[in-house]
Amino acid sequence: MTTATTETDRSAEPLISVDDVTFGYGDIPVLESVSIDVEPGSFLGLVGPNGSGKSTLLDLMLGLRRPDEGTVSLFGEPAHEFDAGERIGYVAQNATKAARNMPITVQEVVEMGRYPRRLFGRFSAADRRAVEGALEEVGITDLASRRVGRLSGGQRQRVFIARALASEADLLALDEPTVGVDAESREEFYSLLHDLNATGLTVILIEHDIGVVTTYATDIACINRQLYFDGNPDEFVETDALAQAYGTDQHVLQHDH
Amino acid sequence: MFLTYQRLAGTLLAELPALWFGLTGPIEWFLDTVVGPTMDLLAEVLEAPMLTYPFMQRAYLAAVCIAVIGPLVGTFLVHREMSMLSDTLAHTAFAGVAVGLFLNSALSLSLSPLLTAFVVAIVTALLVELLVEHAGAYTDTSLAMVLTGGFAVGSILITATDGGIAVGIDAYLFGSLATVSTANVGILVLMSLIVGGLVTLTYRPLLYVTFDATAAQAARLNVRLYKRLMVVLTALVVVSAMQIMGVILVAAMLVVPVAAAAKVAGSFKQSISLAILAAEFAAIAGVTLSYVYGIAAGGSIVVAAIAVYAAVLGVQKLAHRLPTLQRLSSLWTRQPRDGLEADGGERE
Repeated sequence: MTTATTETDRSAEPLISVDDVTFGYGDIPVLESVSIDVEPGSFLGLVGPNGSGKSTLLDLMLGLRRPDEGTVSLFGEPAHEFDAGERIGYVAQNATKAARNMPITVQEVVEMGRYPRRLFGRFSAADRRAVEGALEEVGITDLASRRVGRLSGGQRQRVFIARALASEADLLALDEPTVGVDAESREEFYSLLHDLNATGLTVILIEHDIGVVTTYATDIACINRQLYFDGNPDEFVETDALAQAYGTDQHVLQHDH
Repeated sequence: MFLTYQRLAGTLLAELPALWFGLTGPIEWFLDTVVGPTMDLLAEVLEAPMLTYPFMQRAYLAAVCIAVIGPLVGTFLVHREMSMLSDTLAHTAFAGVAVGLFLNSALSLSLSPLLTAFVVAIVTALLVELLVEHAGAYTDTSLAMVLTGGFAVGSILITATDGGIAVGIDAYLFGSLATVSTANVGILVLMSLIVGGLVTLTYRPLLYVTFDATAAQAARLNVRLYKRLMVVLTALVVVSAMQIMGVILVAAMLVVPVAAAAKVAGSFKQSISLAILAAEFAAIAGVTLSYVYGIAAGGSIVVAAIAVYAAVLGVQKLAHRLPTLQRLSSLWTRQPRDGLEADGGERE
């Protein structure tokens, strides 16, 4: 089903196009000549060892950083000039850390999804409907008035997804979203992502659990400074890209297949 | 000595007509026609003659203003884990006061030290923020360095300034009620309006940046602008409140009521209201105790605020320990949603 969507959209312009990008922090090279396209409607899993530049690549894709060399386009525009923030939903790696102590309700967080459209002034009926719809879609309507910090890890992740849905985003980017979430909730969380992807939402997921990625993603990119693999999960399992990227002596989280 | 200086500063300030006539006129009118009669009435009802004294009326009005803007800005600051910044800016504001006094005596200028304090605090706030934009994070070390550095420059300038000016420094360090002039109150009221207006206007971006700056950036909010706005607001609050609270204690008004409110608030908006409520209680109690017992106002307000925090903590712990009380309190407040709120409820 997801492959069908991907195939019909193949002819369309890629949603994100990373072209021969090189990036470094000062003298430390992080990415070298990486080229990768993200097609509309796909579910891209970004894998690679710690410090491989996955998060940096995601930042570059979203236009949060500018490459030293090469170009990144986002929705057909240069990524750093793109300004329709409501089209991007982003769940940062440590987003939930701040959420733990701050007195803020689920409703207040999900409403942030409307901020790019309405930073000032009153929310319209459409804004409120979008927030209600998003809460319902991820099944947290009954938690709306609860403090985010008092939810379980799995519930908290749904709040961030709902925020992206409230903004009616076309692209959902997640950076290791399930760190500290119990196994059962993770399963549910990823099947939610799968369902959302099936409705046409493009998903980019950074995940250290290769099993999750090969199960749910339609595309896999394996990087460690350079791009080692870019293709579908079935091919990925057959190649030795993973071993190459991680180096032979690395222990790899690889199960479920 | 200090009073002479204050009067002198007052007349000097008069030479800045825009600021002076703009402030004293309406404030005097406000004090005479609104605050005065209200306080007189309160004084009769409460049988507390101190409420009829103009200097106490000024002190209460100033304290009430501080208790609004302190927690209002402090709530964003504390939840961005930048509490230390308020203390740092307060200490550099002291350098600002010293710069004003020094320039006045060295070049026979007639600057208001409060004005130079505003300038120095705002510039420092922006510099710290620019440094952070480069380095990536607030570090204890760099803030401690700016804090002590600012205070050091202040102390050097004070000792380099001859004459009795150093006598008045006590009032800036520890705060004072008696020296709060109509102009001071005017500046405070004006700052309260400016700060309150700005926070109300930019509430959403400030909240987003405080809660999740990376996502705010991905959503194409101007994160840098709002972070800078936040530190400038902090500088404005700290300098406005400095005269009553004192340089050393002023940070407490941005931090302690916020910490108390965060324990029990059900939402972010509610945490702001509760923090202001706690601060108002502390400010009014502190000013009253300060007058009745002749003790330091800033210190009394801070101790009262910490007492509120301790009380909140105590009630929470107690509610946690005693299931009966917890059941009563959850009947009493309207939050029996489900069994997950095992820690004694969000609302008090």
